[in-house]
Amino acid sequence: MKTSSLRLRAGLVSIALLAAFLGIWHLATRSTAPVATMSPEYAKLMGLTATQGKSAMPGPLDVGAKLWEHLKRPFYDNGPNDKGLGIQLAYSIARVGTGYLLAVLVAIPLGFLIGMSPLLSKALDPFIQVLKPISPLAWMPLALYTIKDSSVSAIFVIFICSIWPMLLNTVFGVASVRKEWINVARTLEVGTIRRAFTVILPAAAPTILTGMRISIGIAWLVIVAAEMLVGGTGIGYFVWNEWNNLSITNVIIAILLIGIVGMLLDQILARFTRMVTFPE
Amino acid sequence: MSTFDNPFDSDRNLQAGCGCGQHRSAAEHEQAAALRCEPVESEEKRYEGVVASAAMRAMFPQDVARRAFLKSVGASTALAALSQFFPLKTATEVFAQTGTPEKKDLKVGFIPITCATPIIMAAPMGFYSKHGLNVEVVKTAGWAVIRDKTINKEYDAAHMLAPMPIAISLGLGANAIPFAVPAIENINGQGIVLATKHKDKRDPKDWKGLKFAIPFDYSMHNYLLRYYLAEAGLDPDTDVQLRSVPPPEMVANLRADNIDGFLAPDNICQRAIYDGVGFMHLLSKEIWDGHPCCSFAASKEFITSAPNSFAALTRAIVDATAYASKAENRKQIAEAIAPANYINAPVTVLEQVLTGTYADGLGGVKTDAKRVDFDPFPWQSFAVWMLTQMKRWGQIKGDVDYKAVAEQVYLATDTKKLMTEMGLSPPTSSYKSFAVMGKTFDPTKPEDYVASFKIRKAS
Repeated sequence: MKTSSLRLRAGLVSIALLAAFLGIWHLATRSTAPVATMSPEYAKLMGLTATQGKSAMPGPLDVGAKLWEHLKRPFYDNGPNDKGLGIQLAYSIARVGTGYLLAVLVAIPLGFLIGMSPLLSKALDPFIQVLKPISPLAWMPLALYTIKDSSVSAIFVIFICSIWPMLLNTVFGVASVRKEWINVARTLEVGTIRRAFTVILPAAAPTILTGMRISIGIAWLVIVAAEMLVGGTGIGYFVWNEWNNLSITNVIIAILLIGIVGMLLDQILARFTRMVTFPE
Repeated sequence: MSTFDNPFDSDRNLQAGCGCGQHRSAAEHEQAAALRCEPVESEEKRYEGVVASAAMRAMFPQDVARRAFLKSVGASTALAALSQFFPLKTATEVFAQTGTPEKKDLKVGFIPITCATPIIMAAPMGFYSKHGLNVEVVKTAGWAVIRDKTINKEYDAAHMLAPMPIAISLGLGANAIPFAVPAIENINGQGIVLATKHKDKRDPKDWKGLKFAIPFDYSMHNYLLRYYLAEAGLDPDTDVQLRSVPPPEMVANLRADNIDGFLAPDNICQRAIYDGVGFMHLLSKEIWDGHPCCSFAASKEFITSAPNSFAALTRAIVDATAYASKAENRKQIAEAIAPANYINAPVTVLEQVLTGTYADGLGGVKTDAKRVDFDPFPWQSFAVWMLTQMKRWGQIKGDVDYKAVAEQVYLATDTKKLMTEMGLSPPTSSYKSFAVMGKTFDPTKPEDYVASFKIRKAS
């Protein structure tokens, strides 16, 4: 009862905040600039910003109308450089999925091995710390130059950027499994492989999944930057293409969608995390 | 004498002199007509004309005799008579036929600006398919990316700034990979745009300390802006700031007051005016009328491994360029290339660029039909000029074999052959002299030209 009323109140505050935000946005982008007098012949050649003092920033109503237009036909395909938002998002998610899965396949087994050996984990730590903070945009020219294929490069950049949090968290999770549990397993003469899968893995799982959750967030951040650079398809390309046309309305729509998809990806991983969490 | 002229016109001279009567010799006329690559109604007709000309010439080596013959029987009878002796139709077909392309599905990269008009319009308007190709034109994020993707063979050919293939072939800013230019995309079609607040600062001598954007270091934009500033007594390396900025970001930067102006390819100039943030100070054509801007480029490897595809591609581009050079087609082209799949810009902006009737950003409407023009011929003297500017601004150090580089990269001879096959009349020479801001450039003396500039980077 108490929680539901808290939820209700929180929801009301959220809606009020949204309404206030939209209201301020609307007021701020009304056409206020003085309109210069110009001949009709000249005005015909000019844009609305110049002729009607329309704000260069679109208002919430413009964005809403445009968004509705996109939602009505999300899967259109007008050739290689113009596809619907649904198709663009699908391309991005597919790229993120591929790069991220590859990172999972490498990071978790590797992290497991490193975590079980204190020597290795100490020896490799400086390398991981140096590689971890590198921006995707810094990897891109190197990837393009060596891999010589832009779509593989994009996947590689996602892979290389999303691998580190997972690797570090797996190492940490495996290394910090309680000594008593391992000792108990040892006294019961449990084999190494069985010990890894039945004791260490479940114990380290919450930490590993937290790492995976951080990584998916990073992968989604990276895809937009990577696609803006390599172009062709994807939501990042869409942002770039509309930026090219100085269509801020479409850029705002893309920002909104990127946020929503990012949130959904995070929620999926959060659900997995809850599934493996155990009370101590 | 143009190859497009009607061979059955009795007033036309097939040999010496000139067909239009305005020039003393055929060579002179050809030079004048070189830039007018006017397409005939159809490909078929054009080939027919070329073949018929040849046949008439063979039957009547003397022009006088041919004229007398035509006068006495009339052109249509002559055509019928000629067809009896010589199966014109078959000959035309054989002539138009070329080897089948080794590779039919091609990818061509482009940057969304009006310079790429022939490359882009060839897709929606069917020029590629007409030449037996299935081409996908792919929009690309920037000049460095288009260079890398073409080098990596993701693209078979690409839209590049005219100096880029030279720079790539020389290994400036990238590994040296032999590239070639079979066709220039557009001539003219750039402009200097200044922020509206500078509307009283029209004299470049007052521009000390201003910040300008250019699209790329190896671009005609860079060389023309530097030339223009240097002529006004400013050293572009020390007196102003030149920044390499991707074209779409130029308008945003101008609005944000990060730059004072730019020399950019069109539709970007017109877009800044359309959005009310700047005005057109000068069209690049006022610096050098007929300067090359962008080129159509491919790697030597593609050219040698798929010569027929390359020839078909070049033919499609030359064909599209010829179509685009006609003023009456420009509106239709603007509509074809404006959608999000291609340039992604308001049709009004593209129309103003292509038709040459434009708002200048200061409240006036100006007209200049040659604001942008299209001419495929890759003059080797253009390449020599670009090399002199690379040398002048320190992009190339040491000695340059101007002629060898120009001839290696700008494939004038091949283009000439293709244009002749297509029934267009290419110029006879591959070098021509021209004037930049009143100063004549002699392509045979590039070193003297470089040395003649007072403002240049000391090497």
